[in-house]
Amino acid sequence: MSIAFFPGCTLSTKAAGYDISGRAVAQALGMAFEELADWQCCGATFPLATDNTMALIAPTRLLVQAQKAGGHVTTLCAICFHVLRRTQHILEHQPEMLERINWFTEEPYQGGARVSHFLELLREEFTWGALSGRVTQPLKGLKVAPYYGCLLLRPQAEIGLDNPDEPAILHDCLAALGCEVVDFPYQTECCGSYLAVSKPDLPEKLAHDILTSARRNGANAVVTACPLCQFNLDYAQRKEIRHTLEDTLPVLYFTQVMAVALGLDQDVWGMDKHYVDPLFLFSDLR
Amino acid sequence: MIQRALVIGAGIAGIQAALDIANSGYEVVLVEKEPSIGGHMAQLSETFPTLDCSQCIMTPRTVEVGHHENIRLYTYSELESVTRSESNGDFMVRIRRKAAYVDWSLCTGCGVCQEKCPFKVESSFERGIGPRKVVYTLSPQAVPNKPVIDAINCRYLQSKWDIETGRLPAVDKKGNPAQPRCGACAKFCPTGAVNWNQKDEVFEESVGAIVVATGYDLFPQARLPEYGGGNIPDVIDGLAFERLLAASGPTAGKVLRPSDGKTPKEVVFVQCSGSRDPERGVPYCSKICCMYIAKQAILYKHRVPDGQAYVFYIDVRAGGKGYEEFLNRAQEEDGVIYLRGKVSRLFRDGDKVMVKGADTLSNRTVEIAADLVVLATAVIAHTGSRRVAEMLGLATDENDFFTARNEELDPVVSRMPGVFLAGAALGPKDIPETVAQASGAAAKVLGMFQREKLSAVSVQL
Amino acid sequence: MRTRISVDSVRGEFVHQIETISGQSLLACNQCGKCSAGCPVAFSTDILPNQVIRLAQLGIDDVLDSQTIWSCAACLTCVSRCPKGIDLPRVMEAMRQLKMERDGNQIETTDLSPEMVAEVPQLALIGGFRKYMT
Repeated sequence: MSIAFFPGCTLSTKAAGYDISGRAVAQALGMAFEELADWQCCGATFPLATDNTMALIAPTRLLVQAQKAGGHVTTLCAICFHVLRRTQHILEHQPEMLERINWFTEEPYQGGARVSHFLELLREEFTWGALSGRVTQPLKGLKVAPYYGCLLLRPQAEIGLDNPDEPAILHDCLAALGCEVVDFPYQTECCGSYLAVSKPDLPEKLAHDILTSARRNGANAVVTACPLCQFNLDYAQRKEIRHTLEDTLPVLYFTQVMAVALGLDQDVWGMDKHYVDPLFLFSDLR
Repeated sequence: MIQRALVIGAGIAGIQAALDIANSGYEVVLVEKEPSIGGHMAQLSETFPTLDCSQCIMTPRTVEVGHHENIRLYTYSELESVTRSESNGDFMVRIRRKAAYVDWSLCTGCGVCQEKCPFKVESSFERGIGPRKVVYTLSPQAVPNKPVIDAINCRYLQSKWDIETGRLPAVDKKGNPAQPRCGACAKFCPTGAVNWNQKDEVFEESVGAIVVATGYDLFPQARLPEYGGGNIPDVIDGLAFERLLAASGPTAGKVLRPSDGKTPKEVVFVQCSGSRDPERGVPYCSKICCMYIAKQAILYKHRVPDGQAYVFYIDVRAGGKGYEEFLNRAQEEDGVIYLRGKVSRLFRDGDKVMVKGADTLSNRTVEIAADLVVLATAVIAHTGSRRVAEMLGLATDENDFFTARNEELDPVVSRMPGVFLAGAALGPKDIPETVAQASGAAAKVLGMFQREKLSAVSVQL
Repeated sequence: MRTRISVDSVRGEFVHQIETISGQSLLACNQCGKCSAGCPVAFSTDILPNQVIRLAQLGIDDVLDSQTIWSCAACLTCVSRCPKGIDLPRVMEAMRQLKMERDGNQIETTDLSPEMVAEVPQLALIGGFRKYMT
């Protein structure tokens, strides 16, 4: 079985590790990703000005591609997911907006495309129980803090993936993989997002608070579903590599943990470009 | 018309209404769901703004109710059905008194059963601060001071019923008839008042007028996930803090953290927890919280002089007599720090509770590592009120509070002739207003009865 | 200088523009401060998020000069906890758009060092450009 997949710009470059591990894991579970034939950047932000129709054209075009690929598209990048899900929602509720956007797209969007995040497919279609059954590599000693960030969950009314106050989807995924899951209070606090470009001190400070909280609650790794969260949390520790590894917290994508747990080969773990090298976490598995 | 009144609910509103009517020479049937009377006022430590001891000011009235020759008191009872005579408008009421498994005519209120009962369960009266026994009275000053047995948690009753229904074997290993477990209370009761075979009883009463005084509940913490959702032991609601303050409470009036029993040195009070929140809570203001939080902050400082209290607020509502002065006292005399801004979230951080708030007046985001957090959760309609409304054909608003015939001019008169309303059943309110409304409702009842008498006299003439 | 408040300010063009672009009714905000309390970046800004709304309510358009609107990361925590359901991120966006209409881009591609462009994920660059450039 194959599912239409939209990687997005960052997965194709800076977040290649997410892409490699994601595709490998999906393949291993029998849900091989079939990349959309034609795609472009989703825009990376959902337009918040009510009259900004321009910024909706790119994601609508992606929904058209999804339509052509059978009507259902999956994402890994939390931001792509956020943009597409909210675009689909607004077009469904504002037909005048849809009509206007269709003037600008090469092919009109008919409506009704389904946008999911890979975590949803795992939860609803594959199921956590089945995932547990596929684990061949116990992850001894891995104490993972699931970090959700913001855009995977909010706003709840339009995204509807999980409860932003008490999310469980990453917890459940990691628990199904046999990790010890560490709850910590900063799991939905913002990493600073695109301020990495304009005000880099802010993400550095926010990342520090998030990582400190995760560490204080006993985590030895942080898991995320967003390339920007991964970057902000990882990059903030770049100077700490010179100190002992006990001070650092590797920041992994959930698909990377899945790749290890499902016993896949190390070359699909995608762990070679982190600022804090996560490989030492898995060294005793060999 | 039968010149007898029914009062539903024996909190301070019901008590006052019943006494006013009974002291004017008429019979009152007073029905209360809990085993004893007093409602939430019985849970309070002191009342604002006088800081009178709540039990002390209330006990003369509860005792008067308990002994009054004109008041027929049904506690541990609920209204089962109401029918109305078409000819004279009298109400025929069926009241179900739950089986207490204690014969109150034999019980002397000695309390030995409670002492000897080996099992403790969570007490809703203590709001999670302390336990009660399975056979219990709500407090040492309960009126009536007679216990009930909580059947669901009683080992004797559960095992007795299991044996009777075959879920447990009817004979033991030696072939003798199986005995239910425990039964300590019955063994020690000096008057043999424990009656394992007691059943619910249904009583019928006829009355000419009804006063509804069903009171209020508090918004559940589970609906405040950003404040811990009720899962953080050191985050409690206002009534729970009252139980900590109360001399007759589970900690004998010492302010102690539920988690480890230590004295909290920094206590944060969060106003508007659920109130004034159309999106996620209730849209209205709960009226009493600004005042009771100030009171609780003052009392905390009296008990823990080197402690610090903080109050997060949006506005402070202090409209009653002496209320503004009371607020000033909290700040000037007891050093309570008021921070203007609604708390965004709370979470556990080690053994502290981290409070993320803001002080919009000084233009700062703030955080406090609190030892204890008290949430002023919204005042909501009592869970039983909707059923009573349906039974009596009364109107309620979208928040389940009873609506009066005219909210400005007839606040204690319902839209149903002969049925009057009083107290928090109508909406959040403080004790003075509650008692005033109760007397108002009672006056309406007495007026009804008097007009009946007058018209009967004029017919005679 | 005292701020003059009049019908021209509280029902003026600035308020109208903010409300139209954001689709929000500014006077629904009762300044409870919960947004500020939960904002992850408010510790670093000149004015609090609730004060941004406050100045807008009064039609005081020098709120457009605040730093707060540029520190907003659109994390959506504020709107998810606001008791009145006011969409602050949309108001912040409206502010940014109006400011850029008046004074141009807040960031230029030439401001970014090649090292940063090499390090930072594309989506941060695109997101940043979207928010900071017209």
